Formats: sequence, structure tokens, C-alpha cells
Amino acid sequence: MRSFPVVLAILRKDVRTEVRTRQMVSSMFVFAVLVLVVFNFTLFLDEIRARELGPGILWVAFVFAATLGLNRSFAIEGENRCLSGLMLAPAPRSAIYFGKLLSNILFMLAMEIFVLPLFVVFFNLSLWELLTPSELATFFLVLVLGTVGYAAVGTILAGVASNTTMREVLLPVLLFPVSVPIVIGAAESTRLLFDENLDTTPWVWIRLLVVFAVVFLIVSWLTFEYVIEE
Amino acid sequence: MSLNPVLPAFAARRLTKRFGRSTALREIDIELEAGRCHVLFGRNGAGKSTLLLIAATLLRPSSGEIFFGGDRYEDLGDEVRRRIGLVSHQSFLYPDLTVLENLEFYARLYGSSADASEALFFADLDLRRHSPVRSLSRGMLQRLSVARALLHRPKLLLLDEPYTGLDAVSSERLSTRLSDAKGETSILLTTHDVERGVSIADRISILEGGRIAFDATGATPSEVKRLLLEIREITG
Repeated sequence: MRSFPVVLAILRKDVRTEVRTRQMVSSMFVFAVLVLVVFNFTLFLDEIRARELGPGILWVAFVFAATLGLNRSFAIEGENRCLSGLMLAPAPRSAIYFGKLLSNILFMLAMEIFVLPLFVVFFNLSLWELLTPSELATFFLVLVLGTVGYAAVGTILAGVASNTTMREVLLPVLLFPVSVPIVIGAAESTRLLFDENLDTTPWVWIRLLVVFAVVFLIVSWLTFEYVIEE
Repeated sequence: MSLNPVLPAFAARRLTKRFGRSTALREIDIELEAGRCHVLFGRNGAGKSTLLLIAATLLRPSSGEIFFGGDRYEDLGDEVRRRIGLVSHQSFLYPDLTVLENLEFYARLYGSSADASEALFFADLDLRRHSPVRSLSRGMLQRLSVARALLHRPKLLLLDEPYTGLDAVSSERLSTRLSDAKGETSILLTTHDVERGVSIADRISILEGGRIAFDATGATPSEVKRLLLEIREITG
């Protein structure tokens, strides 16, 4: 219970900083849109191919953009060594992790909500026509689970990278290999939802997403204290 | 008739800290009496900041034990941090948030009901409450750091070279603030400013090469300066 006010205080502080500076969501958004534009103008996909490749492209855009945001998330704690200020809080240090995790999830979801309509326009895939209401709900579930899983592992690795001099380079190098199961799970379950010719259910991949998100959350909860110590 | 001895506010026993092959602290024993001010002198790299960071729980000791009011830090757990305030070389303040927002954030972090506005009044930053921290001068930033560290009314205040970058008026104001806080708060302070350090100290120690080379009460500034020079000549 001692952790909860600290988690909320960090979330509130991060949201306030973001509202004031607009650095994280806007840079993630611009980067994700650029990825979509590049794929759109290099692949020239018809509707059938767009259904096959679109989900992969969408998740590539999401994870590349999210990595940019995750780097920024701990960079603001580096200025004036504010991370040490957080470490002085009378609560378990995992509270810092969960505070940063919640704000990262919030900012990533905000970016995804802005990017999704542009994906629909660029690849000519109308989600409302393509998916039934229940499939649409499943798609948003995949979006949330993929985001939570990626943020869970990304937040702790951003903490690891923040203590090094090569933080901008190190985060993607550490994060991309570790997050492969999440990216594959999210992209595959989205593809199975988009492709009406496939009878396979996406739930196997969704279960994988849940398992990885839970595993990363538990591992991060147990190890974050040691990660941020110098 | 039995006397009830007053427990030290902070104590370290055989405290050692190693960073790889180099040793910053070598089996240090130190005690800070409750409500008193203990000033640490010593040249750069003597181990002063390391001792303060360990006392603030930002570093783990390699060996030895640390106590708060007679209780081991390990036994008090995370709660020990509620009783400690730290002023470091860095301000721990968010540049994009305002002065008031920073203090409100730290009050929430400590679950403190302390009035941030009152703290700003004492720090003489009342008129800058809505200014972003990025726009503050070095002196203002230092005053705000002290206000942040005192906001939750800590029992132990740790200050690492708090006079650095302050002009004479701000330094005098800081000394007055620290003298006012003494009694309710125990203070462990490091500084290179011998005159100011001695003026507020109840006890002084000189650290050299991770060891306490000198420890005394009632030393004068000239004595401390002479000792610092002698220690420097002996150790090279």
C-alpha cells in the first residue's frame, strides 16, 4: 500500500510534464507515421497483400516509435539526477518501475490511437468493414496486451540503459531481441484477425502475449531495485 | 539510578565501500548525536559523498552496518527514507515543472501533508512559485533543494557541499536555516568552506583516503585549516 501513492505521484508527474513539453507522444507519433509512409510508398500493396503484411508493418511502426518514447521516459529522470530523488521515496523501489510503466503505457496507447486512423488510410483497410464487432474488440485487446508487454520489458531495460553512457544505442540493442515474442504474438494475432481467409483463431497468440506480459512484469518487479542502483 | 543514554541519530560501524578495485570508505566508525550538526571536511575523493549516499540509502555498503536511532537500516526497511532528507550536488528537481509543482510532487512521494507554499516562503522563493525550475539561478536552485529535503520534516538531514555556488548572502541564509533546523533535525554536512562549516558544527571530522583522520568538538577554523594542510602534507 505504501507503493500506491508513489506510483500515482510518478504517473501524475509524467503526465503533467508531457502535457507541458509534448515531447514524448509527438515524437513517437511522427516516427510511427514516417515508418508507415516509408512502407506505404515502397511496397505498393493491394488490399489482399495489405491484409497479410499490414499487421506486421503496424507493429513495426508501434515498437520502433515506442522505443523512442521509452528512451525519453528515463532521460527526463536523468536531468538533475531526478531518479535519485525518486529512489529516496519511502516505498519499495519497484513503485518507481510501476509508475514509469503506467505512464509509458498511457503515452504508447495515446500514440497508437493517433496512428491507427492513418494506418487505415495509408493501407486502405477499413477496420469497421474488415472486422466484426467482437473481432474489433479482440483487436483492441491485442493492442493493449502488446503495448503492456512491450512497455513492461521496455521500462526495465530503459532503466538499465539509463545508467550507461550509451543509453540511446543500448536500449534498442537490448530491447528488440527480448521483445521478439511479444512483437510476433501481437503481429500474428492481428494478422489472423485481419485475414478473413484464415480459419485459425488468434487466441493462442493472445495467450502467449498474456504469459509474456505477466512474466516480464514479475521479473521486473523483483529486479528493478538492483537495476537502478549504481 | 540508571541513566538512559541518548541514542545517536545516525551511526556507522566498520563501514566499508568499494567500487571495483578502489576503496572509497575503509572501516569507518562514526556517530551523529541527535539534534546536532556533524561537519565532514576532506579533499575531493576522501569519501565524504560516498558516506552521505550510503546514509541516504542511495548506495549499499560493501561491509559494515549503519544505524538510525539505534535501529539497523535493514530492520527499518524502506520506511527509514521517510526520516532522511538529502541535499546532493544535483538538485533532483524537474526542470520542466514549476517550483511549486516540484515541491508538491515530493510531498506526495513522501505521503507528507506539508504545505509546499510555506516551504517556499521560508526558501524565499514565494514570488517564483510558478516559474519553471529551468529558469532558476544556481542560488535559487540550491535554496529549493534545501526546501525539498526539509519538506517532509526529516529527522536526519544530509547535505553534500551545500554552499557550492552560493553567494555570501545565500550562504548566510542557508547557515541560518540549518541552525534553525538543528535540535529537531540532526545534520550531517560535508563542505570545503571551513569557516561556515565550523560555525554551524557541533562536531567535526576530517576524512582522508576513506578513513577518519581527525574527529573533535570545538575546533576553530584555523585549527581545521592547519590540520587539513598537515594531513595533505603527510599523505601527499
